[in-house]
Amino acid sequence: MGATGWGFKKSLWVFHLNAGACNNCDIEVLDCLTPRFDVERFGIKLVGSVKHADVLLVSGSVPRKVVPDMIETWEQAPKPCAVVALGSCGCTGGIFRDGYNFAGPVDKHIPVDAYIPGCPPRPEAIIGGIVKLIGTL
Amino acid sequence: MSTTIPIGPFHPVLEEPEYITLEVDGETVLGADIDLGRNHRGMELLAEEKTYDQDIFLVERICGICSASHSWAASLAVEDIVGCEVPARARYLRTIVHELERLHSHMLWVGLAGHIIGYWTVFMWGWKYREPILDALEMITGNRQHYAWYRPGGVRRDVPDEIWPKILKILDEFDTKVDLLTGAILDDPVILGRLKGVGILTTEDAVAYGALGPTARGSGVDIDVRRDEPYGAYSEVDWNVIVQDGCDCLAVAVVRLLEMKEAVKIIKQCIEKLPGGPIDAGIRDVPRGEGIGHIEAPRGETFHFIRSNGTNMPERHKMRAPTFNNIPTFRPRVKGETISDALLCFAVIDPCYSCTERMTVLDPSGKMLLSPKDLLRLSHEKTEQIRRNS
Ligand code: SF4
Repeated sequence: MGATGWGFKKSLWVFHLNAGACNNCDIEVLDCLTPRFDVERFGIKLVGSVKHADVLLVSGSVPRKVVPDMIETWEQAPKPCAVVALGSCGCTGGIFRDGYNFAGPVDKHIPVDAYIPGCPPRPEAIIGGIVKLIGTL
Repeated sequence: MSTTIPIGPFHPVLEEPEYITLEVDGETVLGADIDLGRNHRGMELLAEEKTYDQDIFLVERICGICSASHSWAASLAVEDIVGCEVPARARYLRTIVHELERLHSHMLWVGLAGHIIGYWTVFMWGWKYREPILDALEMITGNRQHYAWYRPGGVRRDVPDEIWPKILKILDEFDTKVDLLTGAILDDPVILGRLKGVGILTTEDAVAYGALGPTARGSGVDIDVRRDEPYGAYSEVDWNVIVQDGCDCLAVAVVRLLEMKEAVKIIKQCIEKLPGGPIDAGIRDVPRGEGIGHIEAPRGETFHFIRSNGTNMPERHKMRAPTFNNIPTFRPRVKGETISDALLCFAVIDPCYSCTERMTVLDPSGKMLLSPKDLLRLSHEKTEQIRRNS
């Protein structure tokens, strides 16, 4: 395990980026923080700036207007930074992939390390995905 | 001299991508502007390319919090075209799920408001008490959110009778928690200090801006679709419309807290009176025609209009969510407040951009907004094109 893997082993700080999601994925992310699931037990917490983050969690189907903002956020993130595409929208575009304003999915614009499908993924699935991600880093 | 403060588009307090600019002089906010469009997914056109049954899955993904509201409004619009009568059992079941949704949505708002004013306890409590409601929804519909439960003509699956005692128990517990939370919020001098007299939206302004739902009812405007134009089972149960005339953020918070009590009352009566019988009117064909469906979502009136040309897909599907009307009320609310209160004034309408964004503007002048990188790409593409053509 290199220095990167060691750094990623504990206390992942997550920046959550909503790229045109329907809100539900985002709510389930917040749900993970609240008492029933409480991922802060493991040191995983949401941070307010991408410059502090180890993981960039992107939900939503990526409409056109959000693309430059999303790429800029990714460029601002200190590397290494793992990217997780959350929800069916983030993974493939889901039900919105035929829309005229669809410019995604996420991995078309930034490199993605893990995909968590589901619409919305349950908090258990989100936590499971993050744990698997830690295993691969 | 005034300064402009940009907020967003990805800001920790804002759940969704939006870009707010505040014009300030020292600490005082002079004005505000909002740049939307980052969440525009082309819903209306997508809806016109899907069948009526598929549309329900689409419209509930307009917004994760109001998925029951949108799918019910769309179903009502189709039923309006067909002119069919929805079976009583389906009407009651629909009402139960809709009110459960109101409970979890209002609780979510209470939590987020706590988060914004720096009361993490309120946030954690609110979201903890919200979980059992999601469990109840999962028991009834099969999913925590995005229920896929409404369909034109009725509901998609029937519910066994054994689950009602469990749901009643969840509701009883929830009710005591709402009392506890209401007491804790209204007794806390600091919370009162942050909410009372902050973000005034006068009754005249609320009417002029066309505010809806709790935003309007907190400013003394007595409107509620559930009472004014009853649908579902609302005319058959006993409940009250909550109106407060404080016009400030506190009044809106009180409206939401008290509405939760009313919602519990409605659900309990519906469970008690739940009739038997079929759950679906069995709509086969949708004739040519136009129909509307409007219902009181947690944030206000949700409106759906469908025009049918006799095929199995709508020719036009127009949707309007309450936040569309409520967002402009941010301006009168925030004027003259301090910067620290600006976000609260904004959050008090419980904004939901995914609901609102029926259009996107890439640049106000109508031109595409291009970054230096886009220009470079366009230039490269042109070279490529010339090379290919020559
Ligand atoms: S995956 Fe589903 S829940 Fe998540 S943003 Fe997309 S539509 Fe919403």
